[in-house]
Amino acid sequence: MLVAATLAAAAAAVAAPVALQTSSTAQSAAPYTLVTREGRRALAVARSNGQDMFRLDELAAVFGLTVREDTLAGGLTISLDGRTIVMSPGRNLASVGGRLISLPAPAVREDGAWLVPVDFVSRALGPLSATRIDLRKPSRLVIVGDLTVPRVDVRLDAEDAARARLTFEVSPATPHTVTLESGRLVVSFEADAVDPRLGTIRRGPLVAGVTPEAAAPAVAVELGPAFASYRAVDVEGGAGAERFVIEVVGTAPATPPGAPPDPPGPEAAPLIALAPSGDLRAIAIDPGHGGAEDGACGANGTLEKDVTLAVARRLESAIGRRLGIRVILTRDGDETVALDERAERANNNKADLFISLHANASTARAAAGAEVFHLGLEEYGGEAERASRASGVALPVFGGGTRDIEMIPWELAQARYFDRSAALAGMVEEELRQRVPMSPRALQQGPFRVLVGANMPAIVVEMGFLTNPDEARALTSEPFQNAVVQALLEGIIRFRDAARRD
Amino acid sequence: MRRYLIAGLAIALVAAVVVWLLVVAVPRWYAEPPAEPPAEAGPAPEPGETRKIHATLYFVSPGGLRLVAVEREVPYGEGLAEQARRIVEAQIGDAPAPYAAPFPAGTSMRALFVTDRGDAFVDLSREASSRHPGGSLAETLTVYALVNALTVNLPAVSAVQILVDGQEVDTLAGHIDLRQPLPRNLRWVENPDAPVQQ
Repeated sequence: MLVAATLAAAAAAVAAPVALQTSSTAQSAAPYTLVTREGRRALAVARSNGQDMFRLDELAAVFGLTVREDTLAGGLTISLDGRTIVMSPGRNLASVGGRLISLPAPAVREDGAWLVPVDFVSRALGPLSATRIDLRKPSRLVIVGDLTVPRVDVRLDAEDAARARLTFEVSPATPHTVTLESGRLVVSFEADAVDPRLGTIRRGPLVAGVTPEAAAPAVAVELGPAFASYRAVDVEGGAGAERFVIEVVGTAPATPPGAPPDPPGPEAAPLIALAPSGDLRAIAIDPGHGGAEDGACGANGTLEKDVTLAVARRLESAIGRRLGIRVILTRDGDETVALDERAERANNNKADLFISLHANASTARAAAGAEVFHLGLEEYGGEAERASRASGVALPVFGGGTRDIEMIPWELAQARYFDRSAALAGMVEEELRQRVPMSPRALQQGPFRVLVGANMPAIVVEMGFLTNPDEARALTSEPFQNAVVQALLEGIIRFRDAARRD
Repeated sequence: MRRYLIAGLAIALVAAVVVWLLVVAVPRWYAEPPAEPPAEAGPAPEPGETRKIHATLYFVSPGGLRLVAVEREVPYGEGLAEQARRIVEAQIGDAPAPYAAPFPAGTSMRALFVTDRGDAFVDLSREASSRHPGGSLAETLTVYALVNALTVNLPAVSAVQILVDGQEVDTLAGHIDLRQPLPRNLRWVENPDAPVQQ
């Protein structure tokens, strides 16, 4: 196939990133990495109007495209193996082999070079070439062909001078090996590449950092000066587990100073007790809106973003007090946080539940009552259904003329939790019903943007209508906010207890 | 001579169809709420006449919690995209009493395309988002009023994606995912099978 051959040549020939000339309008941004069976290379990224863009001439060189510019009409024709993409400047729609697709931004010409949104490769080029092209924006990867590129989330759960615990979550589950090589623990995966999501790992005496390996599908744990030994624990499923833990043990005594050091061995008690799988360790609370986004506005001038933050803080302290569970607030102040970022903060902190707090609005002042929403399956069609049935997070399959939407399974993390989210929503709704007024149809599903990427049971709670004068007053009052907090707390406890029984 | 004969027969046939539509089909539509959307079966346009079709539009109930299906007259549009535009224009306009409009005042339609797969892309002016009152419910009703108005009246439209000011958007007001075409959803409609006759 022409694409593969061209890619092979391009990947072999180009080792260094292609430098992008910055201009007055386009700014360069961190490059994407193109991963093919033949190797990797960098793809330069320019920022234009807030969008990440690829240079069309670079894509043409890499993928063997022919680009023709229609100077009269101002259009662009991009062809590959006799099939064409037609783009019109100023329009974010493109015709791919006769089918219309939408892009987040139109193609723009800057300094004599055409720039196209990064989504162009997955939405236009993938279907055109019938090759799977997977665009992973958070890790800035473009994966071409049927490659196994598991997503590897690493978090440092606990660290002191004596021991540290690193949890790895791998999706889809991929066999791995752990080896100790000159001061580093190398975790290698049987895959073509890895998509590491390392978050922020604080430098400590045992773990100095976690870095992706440049040349191999592996992640390296840089060990600190206090390192003595390590132990890899497969939490479930053996060497092909989707979740495993590496415990790093230090030379410092774990017991108070003066006591003899307790040498770690197989007979030693677990360093850190692993909670049973049904238990909750962390809960993400998402105060809706914030910063530039006021959300709904009450008759009395109350802003939704203020109400949601106030209730979130009350809930945070109630959960800490009553349950002793870690709470992650997706924002803790009047800041603008993108909807993807909210789910991402919950995911990166390994929250076990995601609760998004909102206040409602209606065209009618009479509309009143709390409502609980969870993500509905039917709005996302077949993609979600397939993702929800898959045992792990299925890798996306692109190309072949199927509809290319951004809602690919790995991004639709919530698909695996439809049932549990519905159960959580039901319990929270029942607890709310005992304490606050409810709308006539208080339990609903819908395509909620903030829930889509949440990798855990997730719900939206609309506490009441700010457009209703009585409810606007209640929403800012302490008794009402406490009633909502109490209902959420009881709902969380019921959900936890039900999960323990399963 | 023979050609004239064929032309004459064709004209007679068209006339017969038009008469049948006017005498039999149209009164039938008036007589009972249409189970089938009427737009597809709309008669051929006649020049110089502003034809109307009956379409089911969706407005917010007086209580503010549901959509109400209301049957309204909408200008006839030649072809699928044109008919879709006429329906959207009526849907984003004022609501008949006692209902409320699901779209913010000042919202207009910038463009509309229908793909050969039946996905309609409706590009609305920025008011659809900037003047939206917010709230999950109000936003849900806004989105599904438009999605349902197109998918219910035009069987060739299977899903609708709303764009704002020429751009693909995440949401209108922070809740409902607009990154892909949404299929019809009548769960929010009070009377999906029996539109209010206006």
